[in-house]
Amino acid sequence: MPEPEEIGRRRSEWEKKVAKGMGAETMSGVRLKLLYTPEEISGLDYLRDLGFPGGYPFTRGVHPNMYQGRLWTMRQFAGFGTAKDTNARYKFLLGHGETGLSVAFDFPTLYGRDSDDERAKGEVGKCGVAISSLADMETLFHGIPLDKVSTSMTINGPAAVVWAFYIAASEKQGVASEVLQGTIQNDILKEYIAQKSWLFPPEPSMRVITDIMAYAAEHVPKWNTISISGYHIREAGSTAAQELAFTLKDGLTYVEAGIKAGLDVDTFAPRLSYFFNSHLDFFEEVAKFRAARRIWAREMKETFKAKDTKSWLLRFHTQTAGCSLTAQQPENNIIRTAFQGLAAVMGGTQSLHTNSMDETWALPTEKAVLIALRTQQLIAEETGVTGVIDPLGGSYFVEALTSELEKQAYEYFEKIDALGGMVKAIEHGFPQREIADASYRFQKAIEQKRRTVVGVNKYTLEGEELEIPLLKIDPEVEREQCHRLADLRRTRDNPKVKTALEDLRQACQGKDNVMYPLMDAVRAYATLGEICQAMKDVFGEYAEPPMF
Amino acid sequence: MARKLRILMAKPGLDGHDRGVKVVARGLRDAGFEVIYTGLHQTPEMIAETAIQEDVDAVGMSILSGAHMVLIPETMRLLKEKGAGDILMFGGGIIPEEDKKELYKMGCGKLFGPGTEIREIVDFLKEKFPDRT
Repeated sequence: MPEPEEIGRRRSEWEKKVAKGMGAETMSGVRLKLLYTPEEISGLDYLRDLGFPGGYPFTRGVHPNMYQGRLWTMRQFAGFGTAKDTNARYKFLLGHGETGLSVAFDFPTLYGRDSDDERAKGEVGKCGVAISSLADMETLFHGIPLDKVSTSMTINGPAAVVWAFYIAASEKQGVASEVLQGTIQNDILKEYIAQKSWLFPPEPSMRVITDIMAYAAEHVPKWNTISISGYHIREAGSTAAQELAFTLKDGLTYVEAGIKAGLDVDTFAPRLSYFFNSHLDFFEEVAKFRAARRIWAREMKETFKAKDTKSWLLRFHTQTAGCSLTAQQPENNIIRTAFQGLAAVMGGTQSLHTNSMDETWALPTEKAVLIALRTQQLIAEETGVTGVIDPLGGSYFVEALTSELEKQAYEYFEKIDALGGMVKAIEHGFPQREIADASYRFQKAIEQKRRTVVGVNKYTLEGEELEIPLLKIDPEVEREQCHRLADLRRTRDNPKVKTALEDLRQACQGKDNVMYPLMDAVRAYATLGEICQAMKDVFGEYAEPPMF
Repeated sequence: MARKLRILMAKPGLDGHDRGVKVVARGLRDAGFEVIYTGLHQTPEMIAETAIQEDVDAVGMSILSGAHMVLIPETMRLLKEKGAGDILMFGGGIIPEEDKKELYKMGCGKLFGPGTEIREIVDFLKEKFPDRT
């Protein structure tokens, strides 16, 4: 093979004399060449930068056999109405080949408020399922054996409380907490940055998170205690590089916090997992996933000196990009989702949610969610892409793009460090502003037709009318939930609840792990709102200065 | 000289999806309007208060949580109750057609959906307020 310099020289000649073309840009604005050759990856050292699947630095995958050993978990994010409604949807999904559960909570639950809270009006059961107490959690998993299924819960501000509901519900099923498998999102930093469902200010939030990590290490060892999430950062309008950089930096910040709280890095780092978005730019997404694995492995090994190889592994869940879906010609969303799902698999995801075509309009119907699940099953069992590990590895282009995204992430790390770390950067509004700028640029590009959105700014249908059925949430759900709560408050042992909440307040004021009194309060059927209020009494509430 | 059009962009309820409202707020500002953004987690009461204090011409509500049938009418009712029923209500987000129809009947201005270009909102506001710049 000729030297890279020679290939580079010939390539330039070819560009000038033969191709005469211009390179494009990725969706995130990475300038591309028309063609990639060995020249672009001449700095790449196979053993140092790529290695083998299941081995450092894990660029090519976290498991030695990848999908030939075990397919990714097909995990559809679902929740609406009451716990009973959602329980039926879970049984439907499991009955059709889904392999893990993922709970979507409604807004009041996400903000630690009960269904009968004044501020919950009109929101109960709308964007997810309403869970106000252990009783609701018992209903949610009625007839679903919690020792057999793994469950992911998208909950952040009140993550400790909802997790306690889950552990207590499993106790009622006679399942020991040691065998429970699943994930709580519990990633508060990205809440301040993007998803905005926070409760307490950063400092007490970080303390509760380290309490959760310590409790899990002792009692729920198979649980993923934080799902460090880029998904919402991307949905808020970030670029791929920003998603990668801010998410990894959040993850590294949790590691620092755990170490600072006196925990040995190898006791909690293996239980950290990631959650990324899979957007439309196919190769950029694949490169992003590969870069993420390499950065995490290097930082955990070199910077934090983790010794357990499991601490070096970046395991991740992927959801296809909700923000890429269009309200116009919604059936096209099935195709967008298929490409995005394929990118996630090419990137080596451990689990996947594929969006339903109707999600720009409402929560998905049964039919729509079944097509979404089938999309994954098609990728897994018909296309043949699971046969070879990291099949795009070694592509001049994909390797160069992987290195480029890695470089851009480190540039952001430096900027964030210069601001005093991620918490300080968030307080300065730095990631928030970077994302808002990117999202405005993106909108401008669509309006100026520099970016095509099929069915929206090109190939539109005159006088289009919506032809797909939509799921409607009955307003009766809210009344039903409020009645259930009133019954609960009447029939439980109220003096016991009062004592438990007082114990919790005490723990919040001191240094003891809050999970223990929290578990007792949950077992006594204290509600989500009551528990969160007790914690807010001590910790205070976060408020964001409005900016655009 | 005609007064500049003053718009309050509002984010009611517990909904944290603020990408759309921020993009629209910036777009309207770039179109030359005076734009005030409430920030997240506003009650109808807080929005009505701010609209009156800031003496705005219109309130743009951004709702992606499905709570629009409660939050929009309630804010309109409060504006009316406080003698500010002339403030134009409009909005955007995930709002099904049949709900839009019902809200229009109550006197709500245009509700924009996903895929809307900012200039459509600008055009709508200019048409509603021809005497403002």
